[in-house]
Amino acid sequence: MPETSSPPPADANASSPLQLVFSWLFVGIPLAWGVWEVAAKSLDLFTK
Amino acid sequence: MADASFFDRRRTVAPPGFNRWLVPPAALAIHLSIGQAYAFSVFNLPLSKLIGIKDSVPGDWKLSTLGWVFSVAIVFLGLSAAVFGRWVERVGPRLAMFAAACCFSGGFLVGALGIYTHQFWLLLAGYGALGGAGLGLGYISPVRTLISWFPDRPGMATGMAIMGFGGGAMIASPLSVWLMAHFKTATSMGVWETFVAMGLIYFAFMMFGVVSVRIPAAGWKPAGAGTAAGVRQVPAGANVEVNEAMRTPQFWLLWWVLCLNVTAGIGVLGQASPMIQEVSHGAIKAAAAAGFVGLLSLANMLGRFFWSSTSDYIGRRATYTTFFLLGATLYALVPTLGRLDTVALFVLGYVVILSMYGGGFATIPAYLRDMFGTMEVGAIHGRLLTAWSAAGVLGPVLVNYIREYRIAQGVPKAEAYSVTMYVMAGLLVVGLICNLLVKPVDAKHHYQAKDAEKAA
Repeated sequence: MPETSSPPPADANASSPLQLVFSWLFVGIPLAWGVWEVAAKSLDLFTK
Repeated sequence: MADASFFDRRRTVAPPGFNRWLVPPAALAIHLSIGQAYAFSVFNLPLSKLIGIKDSVPGDWKLSTLGWVFSVAIVFLGLSAAVFGRWVERVGPRLAMFAAACCFSGGFLVGALGIYTHQFWLLLAGYGALGGAGLGLGYISPVRTLISWFPDRPGMATGMAIMGFGGGAMIASPLSVWLMAHFKTATSMGVWETFVAMGLIYFAFMMFGVVSVRIPAAGWKPAGAGTAAGVRQVPAGANVEVNEAMRTPQFWLLWWVLCLNVTAGIGVLGQASPMIQEVSHGAIKAAAAAGFVGLLSLANMLGRFFWSSTSDYIGRRATYTTFFLLGATLYALVPTLGRLDTVALFVLGYVVILSMYGGGFATIPAYLRDMFGTMEVGAIHGRLLTAWSAAGVLGPVLVNYIREYRIAQGVPKAEAYSVTMYVMAGLLVVGLICNLLVKPVDAKHHYQAKDAEKAA
């Protein structure tokens, strides 16, 4: 998929560390919540 | 953002200095959303009591009828991925992901109207067909983008995105339950309201991916590529066009590899709860069985990342050989483990099996990249996903049919699954043979070779 033509990129700014942290938190927090919910329910299996 | 050029493929080319680790969250935003499909079953019971509220009454939708909604969504996932794969390649990930967000969220909204007016066909057309098309578009576009960004670790990269599809259900399930409880009144189950809310929430979440996705500039290469310890530097195969790829034995061998691996896993996943209750002779109750299902979902999700990342070290063929050899052995051992009455071993066996089921999904895009190059790998992946649709029918039918046949023959319920497990082990042996037959693609199928021939 690398672009074969060479148009000027629209985004002038390169990425900042803060942007990286925010992006991963944005998807990581809901995922961690979901995993926690499932893992907590899974404990029922071993405490029957 | 309403500017049409925002969706122009050229607008998504990353500027110099762009950090490629910003792309996996964009891909995850899409896959975590569409992974909701795996949690659709939480709506089944409330949808079967829309009129009666407390209990199902005549006129309410039957559970068996509602099962069609998920099936239609998976069929449309495969169809849209196969049909629109080339379009996704042409327009780039941003427009494709936006189309996926519109279809997936639109599916929820049309479905909500179907529930509100109690028109089943509208629910089927909305969540099943329209939403299913969103699933297919949303599934292939981020995967294809990550393969471009991580040529040094294609397995790990695709595993990250596809792990999101497995994890999506873990978010959607408690979220759906919470929303339905919030919207429930004396006259409403709160389902159509939940559909509207989820349509809007998922649209916003997916738009994060749409806005932040980027493709690498021409000639871009990752800094320090090829220096990671232990990583096999498998060059992408020579480019093959999607229609040409379908004329190669490799495509069909990989189609069967995916289909058989998924068939074995999907049949078990759908029957996990009753199976563990019956095998344990009732010692494990419904609540604990739900915990077992949750544990399998976790294994499914983590296996996607673990196995696809491992494939960067041991190679794609060796990874699938492991799935089929270890999987066949475990399926053959499961009836014995059930008879031993040791829950831990039984559970451990299924956790490993389901991790390989997820791993099969996540490793296949990198396998395709090794075989057919990166030029149209997204479109080829889309066509290959029809194997998933086929397995979605084959797996549950095999498990249910064999179980019912055995019970009708007078076999105790706890032992009714034994033959099914042996059949699954047999399917995995067939998958092993298909995998071992995969060889590099003949040069006559290569894109450049074809060009040279035409030029001559």
